[in-house]
Amino acid sequence: MRYESPATVKDAVAMLAKEKGKAFVLGGGTDLLVKMKAGMVEPDLVVDIKRIKGMRDIKKTASGFVIGAGTPCAALSENAALVKAWPGVVEGASLIGSKQVQGRCTMAGNLCNASPAADSVPGLVAAGAKVVIAGPKGKRKLAVEDVPAGVGRTVLKKGEFIESIELPKKDARSGDAYLRFIPRTEMDIAVVSAGVSLTLDAKGVITKARVALGAVAPTVLLVKECAKALIGSTLDEAAKTRLAAAASAACKPIDDKRGTIEFRTDVAGVLARRAAEIAYARAGGK
Amino acid sequence: MAVLVKTTINGDPVEYACQPDEPLLDVLRNRLGLTGAKEGCGTGDCGACSVIIDGRLTCSCLVLGAEMEGRTLETIEGMADGATLHPLQRHFIEGAALQCGICTPGMLIAAKALLAKNPDPSEEEIRFGLAGNLCRCTGYDKIVRAVQSAAKEMRGA
Repeated sequence: MRYESPATVKDAVAMLAKEKGKAFVLGGGTDLLVKMKAGMVEPDLVVDIKRIKGMRDIKKTASGFVIGAGTPCAALSENAALVKAWPGVVEGASLIGSKQVQGRCTMAGNLCNASPAADSVPGLVAAGAKVVIAGPKGKRKLAVEDVPAGVGRTVLKKGEFIESIELPKKDARSGDAYLRFIPRTEMDIAVVSAGVSLTLDAKGVITKARVALGAVAPTVLLVKECAKALIGSTLDEAAKTRLAAAASAACKPIDDKRGTIEFRTDVAGVLARRAAEIAYARAGGK
Repeated sequence: MAVLVKTTINGDPVEYACQPDEPLLDVLRNRLGLTGAKEGCGTGDCGACSVIIDGRLTCSCLVLGAEMEGRTLETIEGMADGATLHPLQRHFIEGAALQCGICTPGMLIAAKALLAKNPDPSEEEIRFGLAGNLCRCTGYDKIVRAVQSAAKEMRGA
């Protein structure tokens, strides 16, 4: 195996594109090194992107936030402006692993590892986040929900890697939240999870909604029916019931020792409902 | 082909050559004789190999040795000041917060990182802060109490 730590995006793309063997991007490495240790992957080339300028920065811009792909999740909760704008995104990312893992793991890596249970992904999807992908043909942007292609697979092509994650500017009277179910209190991955982002009008009526579910299908789901259930309501009981029903209806979960199909389907509705209540309160709704 | 790395460990400049796929933990233990960090799992679950890199707590088994160029690394070997133990180390001994000792270096490093960010943590914050460090002997209570008493001393309270 060769290890490279290029200083520019261009160099990183060139290295990844021209490698004839198996090339992997190293962000935080909390998935890659474990897979290497287990012999699940045997890289010929590892490209460490953390030496590229800006790759570990969180930038507030006129249109929102740009988070470098190598930014450790621990840095997100230390950024007061980000926590204020997108608390749900930060909550999700802060639930990954231990403090030790937090010091290394990245949202871009969590997304590219493409686990349906990835804790940082539903919050990003609900927030309407996009990724900037660098590649041999230049840059392209994709919605976060369009990156995973299945369990452990992404739509990224050879030579491409995620350079940054873009979060939009927070709307006035908006709020987001992320909740997951795990059978313990920490150091686990979601059995079911839900991310919700809501925007209200001056009267507290929901005008925009995005609801994402994790660990209930091969990829994190953006559930449009859940958004429809909420828009036009003040998150009254009827809207919450419709939301929970739409969330459960969208589930196509696996049945395993961590949760049965029936349990995951039911809990998805419960978590969507509770996350919506938190997001609504954060948006200033009463 | 070996990678040449210049880094800083516990305040001292260090140079080493390592394999490109060699975890930092193996570099510390097998090349540099710094055997305080332990390999419990090798997959980032147990925290026994905890170190602090550029101020961030991490598992040295989840880092490549090759990544350390120009970084600043703190290990358990740098925790005591010569013969004077760090308050955390002293309170671990005084409070019998260890039995077999395998998890202890990682516990101490994680506790140090926790107190650097939060000098007055609640019991819950200590338990969350050390959730990535597994101990199979103590049942954790004595560790939590040792961190509480060391934190109190370090705050001058």
